[in-house]
Amino acid sequence: MARYILQRLLLLIPTLLGVLTIVFFMTALSPGDPARVMLGERANAQQLEQLREDLGLNKPLGEQYLIYLKRTLRLDFGRSIRTGRSVMEEIREHFPATIELALVSMFLATFFGIVIGVLSAVKQNTWLDYSAMIGALTGVSMPVFWLGLVLIMIFSVGLGWFPTGGRMEVRLFFEPITRFYLLDSLIILIRDGDPAYLKSSLQHIILPAVALGTIPIAIIARTTRSSMLETLRQDYVKTARAAGIHERRVIFRYALKNALLPVVTVIGLQFGLLLAGAILTETIFAWPGIGRWIYSAITARDYPAVQAGVIIVSAFFVGINVVVDILYSVINPKIRLR
Amino acid sequence: MNENVLLSIENLHVSFYTLRGVVRAVRGLNLQIRTGETVALVGESGCGKSVSAHAVTGLLPVPPAKIEEGKIFFDGQDVLQFNEKQMRGLRGVRVGMIFQEPMTSLNPVFKIGDQIADVFRVHHRIGKQKAFQMAVDLLDKVKIPEPERRAREYPFQLSGGMRQRAMIAMALASPKPGLIIADEPTTALDVTIQAQILHLLKELQKDIGVAVLLITHDMGVVAQVADRATVMYAGRAVEQGTVEEVFSDYRHPYTHGLLHSLPGNPEYRGAKRLIAIPGTVPDLRSLGNECPFANRCSHVKDRCWHEFPEETTLTAEHRFWCWYPTNLKAEDAHER
Ligand SMILES: Nc1ncnc2c1ncn2[C@@H]1O[C@H](COP(=O)(O)OP(=O)(O)O)[C@@H](O)[C@H]1O
Ligand SMILES: [Mg+2]
Repeated sequence: MARYILQRLLLLIPTLLGVLTIVFFMTALSPGDPARVMLGERANAQQLEQLREDLGLNKPLGEQYLIYLKRTLRLDFGRSIRTGRSVMEEIREHFPATIELALVSMFLATFFGIVIGVLSAVKQNTWLDYSAMIGALTGVSMPVFWLGLVLIMIFSVGLGWFPTGGRMEVRLFFEPITRFYLLDSLIILIRDGDPAYLKSSLQHIILPAVALGTIPIAIIARTTRSSMLETLRQDYVKTARAAGIHERRVIFRYALKNALLPVVTVIGLQFGLLLAGAILTETIFAWPGIGRWIYSAITARDYPAVQAGVIIVSAFFVGINVVVDILYSVINPKIRLR
Repeated sequence: MNENVLLSIENLHVSFYTLRGVVRAVRGLNLQIRTGETVALVGESGCGKSVSAHAVTGLLPVPPAKIEEGKIFFDGQDVLQFNEKQMRGLRGVRVGMIFQEPMTSLNPVFKIGDQIADVFRVHHRIGKQKAFQMAVDLLDKVKIPEPERRAREYPFQLSGGMRQRAMIAMALASPKPGLIIADEPTTALDVTIQAQILHLLKELQKDIGVAVLLITHDMGVVAQVADRATVMYAGRAVEQGTVEEVFSDYRHPYTHGLLHSLPGNPEYRGAKRLIAIPGTVPDLRSLGNECPFANRCSHVKDRCWHEFPEETTLTAEHRFWCWYPTNLKAEDAHER
C-alpha cells in the first residue's frame, strides 16, 4: 500500500513537469508579441523593449524555459499586469472560494448521484428508473450557463429565495479566517453564537453549487446505475442472498462497495472537470473564485495571471487524479495488496 | 418414503417469460430428500437443475421467472407460500448453498473471515469478534490450513479449491443446517481438487448429519457421493432411483447415454456436452407434450412424438418415464 502510494506520488513529478512544459511552449510559441498584446497598439518601441526586458523575452528560448521552471517551482508567478499585485497572492485569495464551491457541488453530486443511481438500478424498468434516467439525460445535455441563468431567474429574481450572486451579504462584513466562508461562518457561529453568517453563506452557495453539480450528478447517477446493475447480477450477490442476508444489506454493503469502484474514478474525473466548469458558473453567479479571476485575466490579456491560473488548475486536476487512484486502491484490495 | 422427508418438491413447473418467448425450464419435477442423505440431480447443462434449486430457496428472478404450478415442502412447511422474512428464515438457517464458480461466488472486496462472520451475525446475536472467531473455527473445520491467516485474506489470494472450501464453510455458518444445495460444486475445479472437495462434503455430512442436494452433469460425481439420483432432461425427470438402480438397472435411453459418455476415460469426465448421444437438446420454448428426448433417442417410435410417457414404477425408489425403455439384460447380451 505504502509502496503504491509512493509510486503514484513519484509519478506526479513527470506529469507536472509535462504540464509546465506544455503551458510554457503554448505561451512562448503562440503567434503575436506578448509585449505588444499587453501594451496595446499605441505603445512606443521603448516601452515595448522595456517590457520584453522585464519579462525576459529577449533571452534565448531554452534559457527562458529554465528561468520559468525555476520561478514556477518557487511558486513565483510574477506580478499581474492588470493589478500590479503578486499573482500568487491573488490566487491565494481566490482559490478557496473555488475549492469551497467545487467541494459543495461534488458533495451534492456524489450523494444524490449515488442515491439516484442505486435506486434506479434496484427499481430497474419502473417509472422511478425511467424518470431518473430521463432527468439524468436532461442534466448532462444542459449548458451550464443556461442552467445558471434559469436558476437565477426562478429562484432569485422570481421567488426571491436566494441572492443572485456573491458569497456573503455585503452588510455582514467580516474578516475571513480560512477564506472558506462556510467554515469561517461556522467558526463564528460557535465562537459568537451568531447564525446569520452561516445562513447567508449557505444561501449564497446553493444555486451556483447546483448549477455546477448538475452534470456531475447526472453522470454519477448513470455510472452508479449501470455499475450496480452489473454487480447485482454477480454470483457473490446470489451467495449473500442464499446465506439469508437481508436484502437491504445485500444491496448497500455487498453490492454497493463493488459497484462503487468505477464510480470513484468517474467522481474524480468530474471533480477535475468541475474546475473547468467553474469559469462559467463563477462568472454568472459573481462568485469571486479562481474561475472568474482567470476569465477576467483572459479578457485583460494578463499573461502572467493566465499562465499561473492554468498551471494551478492543471496541477489541481492532476493532484485529484492521484487522490482518486489512492482512494480506489483503498477500497479495492486487489490493488492495495499487490 | 414419507418418514424423515426433509425436502419435498412436488410437480414443480417453472417458466421464464422472456421477450423471445416462454422458456419452460422445469416441467413437473418430483423430488424428495430425507434427513442426512445425498441426492444427486443429474443432467446436461440447461436442463433446469439450477432453476429447480433456486425455486427451493426463493432465489429465482421474478420476473422473468414464474412458478406455474407445484409445491415445495421443507420440514413440512410450504416454502412457496413464504414471505420474504420467512424465506430468510430458511436461507442460511436451514438451507445453505454452494455454487459452481468459487472464483466469482465470494465477494472480492471483503475478507473471507468477515464474509463468513457476517452470515453468523445474521443468524446469531453475537459480537463481531466472536463471529470472526467462529468463522476461523469453521475454516479449520473445512480443512483450510492456517485458518487465522486465511480468514484475514481476500478471495483473490486463495486457490480455487480453498475458495470452494470457504464457500462450504459459509453454507455451514447456519444455526441448524439441514440441507446443503451444492450446485455443480466441483465443475470448475481440476480433478484432484474435485475429489478432495467431494470427500470433504461427504465427511461433513456424516459429522453434522445434513442432507445434500448435489447438482451435477457428471455421472462420475454421482457415483462417488450420492445415495439416490434423479436424471433430468429438458426440464423433466426421466429416471429416478437409488444410485445402484440408476447405474446398473437403468431403463431410460438417456440414462444409458449419460453413463456411456463416461467410459472411464478421464477426458470425458467434466465434459459439458454428451459425446455419446448424437443430436442437441431441444429448444425449451417450442416443446409440446412430446417426449423431449425423442429427437435424439434410438428407441423413438411414433407415440413418443405425441405423448410424454407415463411413470413406470419398478421399486420403492426406482421409476422412469419412457414408452420404450432399455431392456438392460437383452442389450447387455447384444453388446457382448
Ligand atoms: N433468467 C433467465 N431468463 C430466461 N431463461 C432462463 C433464465 N435462467 C435460466 N433460464 C433457462 O432455464 C433453463 C434451465 O436453466 P438452468 O436451470 O440454469 O440449467 P442447468 O441445468 O444447467 O442448471 C435454461 O434453458 C435457461 O435458458
Ligand atoms: Mg446450473
